[in-house]
Amino acid sequence: MISLIEHMTAGLSNAGPFMRIVVTTIIMLVSGVIVLAVALLYEGVATYAERKVAGDIQARIGPNRVGPYGFLQFIADGVKLLLKEDIIPFYADKWLFIAAPYIVFTASFAAFVPLSYSDHVYVANLNVGILYMIAISSVVSMAVLMGAWGSNNKWSLFGGMRAVAQIVSYEIPIILSLLAALIIPASLTMKDIIVYQSGGFGIFRWLIFNNPFTLLAFFVYYIAAIAEVNRTPFDIPEAESEIVAGYHTEYTGMRFAFFFMAEYGDMFVVSAIAVTLFLGGWQIPFIGALSMPLWLREVLEVAVFFTKIFLLIYLMMWIRWTLPRLRVDQLMELCWKYLTPIAFFNLIGASVWVLLLNGKGVYDIIAGLLIH
Amino acid sequence: MAGTDEKFMQISMGPQHPSTHGVLRLLVTTDGEVLSGVKPYIGYLHRGLEKIAERLTYPQFTPFTDRLDYLAAMNCNLAYAMTVEKLLNVEIPRRAQILRVIMAELNRISSHLISFGSFSADMGAFTPFLFGIREREFINDLFEMTCGARLTYNYIRIGGVSQDIPEGFIDKTREFLDYFPAKIKEYNELLSFNAIFIKRLANIAVISPEDAFDYGVTGPNLRASGIKWDLRRAEPYLIYNELDFDIPVGKGEMGKVGDSWDRYMMRIYEMEQSANIVRQCLDMLEAGDYTAKISKVLKPPAGEVYVRAENPRGELGFYLISDGSAKPYRLKIRAPSFANLSIITKLARGVMMADLIAIIGSLDIILPEIDR
Repeated sequence: MISLIEHMTAGLSNAGPFMRIVVTTIIMLVSGVIVLAVALLYEGVATYAERKVAGDIQARIGPNRVGPYGFLQFIADGVKLLLKEDIIPFYADKWLFIAAPYIVFTASFAAFVPLSYSDHVYVANLNVGILYMIAISSVVSMAVLMGAWGSNNKWSLFGGMRAVAQIVSYEIPIILSLLAALIIPASLTMKDIIVYQSGGFGIFRWLIFNNPFTLLAFFVYYIAAIAEVNRTPFDIPEAESEIVAGYHTEYTGMRFAFFFMAEYGDMFVVSAIAVTLFLGGWQIPFIGALSMPLWLREVLEVAVFFTKIFLLIYLMMWIRWTLPRLRVDQLMELCWKYLTPIAFFNLIGASVWVLLLNGKGVYDIIAGLLIH
Repeated sequence: MAGTDEKFMQISMGPQHPSTHGVLRLLVTTDGEVLSGVKPYIGYLHRGLEKIAERLTYPQFTPFTDRLDYLAAMNCNLAYAMTVEKLLNVEIPRRAQILRVIMAELNRISSHLISFGSFSADMGAFTPFLFGIREREFINDLFEMTCGARLTYNYIRIGGVSQDIPEGFIDKTREFLDYFPAKIKEYNELLSFNAIFIKRLANIAVISPEDAFDYGVTGPNLRASGIKWDLRRAEPYLIYNELDFDIPVGKGEMGKVGDSWDRYMMRIYEMEQSANIVRQCLDMLEAGDYTAKISKVLKPPAGEVYVRAENPRGELGFYLISDGSAKPYRLKIRAPSFANLSIITKLARGVMMADLIAIIGSLDIILPEIDR
C-alpha cells in the first residue's frame, strides 16, 4: 500500500500543490478506510473467537446459531448493539460521557496505522513508530477516566480510578522492556525493526532470541501488556463480580460496543507490538530466504504476521478463561515490586550486551563461531 | 459507621449486584478501595414462610421448605420432616432412612458444587463455575429420575420419602461416584491450589473459634475455624452413626486457621466425604418400605420440639409448636445463612473491596433462607 502511495505521490511531483494535497488526502482517506474495515472485521472475528475459545475451555459449545458454526454471531451482536436504546444517565456529565467511547476507540484504532503488515503493506512508515503507539495507547486511560467520571456512578468511578492506576503503572514495565529490545535494531520504525530480524532461517534472528535479556523482556512485556488491556487476571477495572462493569457500567448499545471493540483492538495492538519487536514480525519462518513471486511473498508475510498475532491473542484468551483475578493492591505489587525492577535489570543487561558485543545476537555469535 | 463523614463514600452494593448471591444489599462505606464498614440489609426476598406455615397443614408446608435453601432442598425437606416426625413420634423404615441419607448427601454435593462455582466466579475465574455446573447436572439428573424435579424436589416427606428410587438409580449413582473424584482433583488443580487464588484468600477474613461461637456460625464456616462440630456426628440422626466418614476441619494450610481459603476448602473436602457416605449407603440399601404408615390428616399431640440438621450451609433448625390441631401453632426457622451473614460486619472492616466479595463468597450465604 505504501509503495502505491509513494508511486502515486512521486508521479505527482510535477502537478500543482493543490492537486497534490487533494490526491494525498484521498489516498490517506482510502487507506484509512481500508485499515478501519480490517480492524472492525478483526474485532468481530476476535469476539467470535473469544466466545468459541471460552466455550471450548469451559466444556460447552459456544455460539452456533448464526451462520456456519455460529461464525456470523458477531454481526448479529453488532446489529443488536446498534439497535439498542441509547441511554445517557440524567446526572451524567453529558459531554464527557459522549466523548469518552469515541476517544477510546479512536486511540485504539489509530494504533493500527503504523503497523507493518508485510514488507510492502503498511499505511504509514512512521519514523517514531513504537513511540507513537505507546503514546496513542496512553490516551485510552484519559478517555476511560472521562467516561468513568462522566457516568456519575460510583462503580464507574471505582473502575476508572483502577483503570488509570493500572494502565499508567504498567506502561513503565512495558516501555522499559520494549527499550531492551529496541536498542538492538536501534530504530523506532516498525518496518526497520522487522527487517533487522531477517535471516537465521526466519526464526533465529528474532529479537526474543537475541540475548537472554530480550527473552526475559518479552515475558515482562507480555504480562504487562495483558494488564494494559485489562484482561483477566488483571481485569480489575471492569471486575464484574466486584464493581459491576467498572468504567463502562452506565454505557449501553453502541457506546458500550466502542469500549468493547477498543479492548479487542488493544489486544491486537499489544500483540502486534510483541510480534514486531520480539517475534520477527512478518518474517516467514524457514522459507524467509527463498525467492518467490512478490505477490505470494506479500500474502505469506501478511498471513504469518496475523498468525503470530492470533497465537498471542489466543494465549490471552486461554489465560483469561483459566486464572482468577488479582486484587488491586496485588496488581500494583506485581508491577512495582517485580515487573518494573526486572524490566530495569533487563534494560541494563541488554545495554551492556549491545555495548560489549556490538549488538550481535546469540545466533550471530554461534553462526560466527561455526564459520570460523 | 462513619457514613456522613466526607472522607468516606457510601455505596450501595446490591440488591442487584453480580456477586451478592441473590438480593442482598450491603451498604458499604469506603475510603477508596478500603472499606471502613459494611452493613447488610436483608428482606428483599421475604415471603413470610413462618407465617404461611401457620395457615397450612403439616404436609402442606413441605414444599415451602424447598424454597428455604433452594440449592439444598433435600436437606431442608429432611430437617422439616424430622421435626414433624419427632412431634408425631413415628418410626421411619430403614430403607427410607438410607434413601434420605443418599439424597441429602447428593444434595450436599450439588450445593457445594454451586458454592465452589459461584465462589470461583466471584474470584474472577469463570471456568470452574461451569465445571461445577457440569457435575451438578449428573446429580440433577439423578434427582429428576427419582422425583421428577431438578431444583425443588419435595421428595423427603413426613414419614419417609415420596416414592421409591427408580430402576437404574443405583447404577447411575455409582457411575457418578466413580467419575466424581477425578473431577475434584481437577478443581484442585485448576482453582484450589492456584497461586493467585491462594494469594487472594489466605489470611483474609479470619474467623476465630470464639467469634464463630459468638455469632452462631455453623456448618463448613465453623469447621474451617478448627472446631470439629458436625451434627451428623455430634447428634447423629437417621443412620449417620453407622457410617464411616471424616469431618474435615480447617488447618490453616495456606495461612491462618479459619481464613477464607480454609472455608472454601472445607466444601471441597466435604464433597469427598459426602461421596464416600453415598457409596456406603448404596451398599447398605436393603428392601423395605420407603415410607412409614402415617394418616392422611396429621394431628400431632400438643407440644413443642426443636430439631436441627446439618445442612450444607450449617445448622438448619425448626422450632415447632403444636396445639393439637392440623396446623402448626408456630414455626420458627433457624436459618444457618442468617447467622453466618451476621459476622460480615465484623469481618469486613478495614479490608479491601475485592476482599468483601471473597468474604461473601466464602461464607456461602443464600438469601431465600435468610429472608424466609
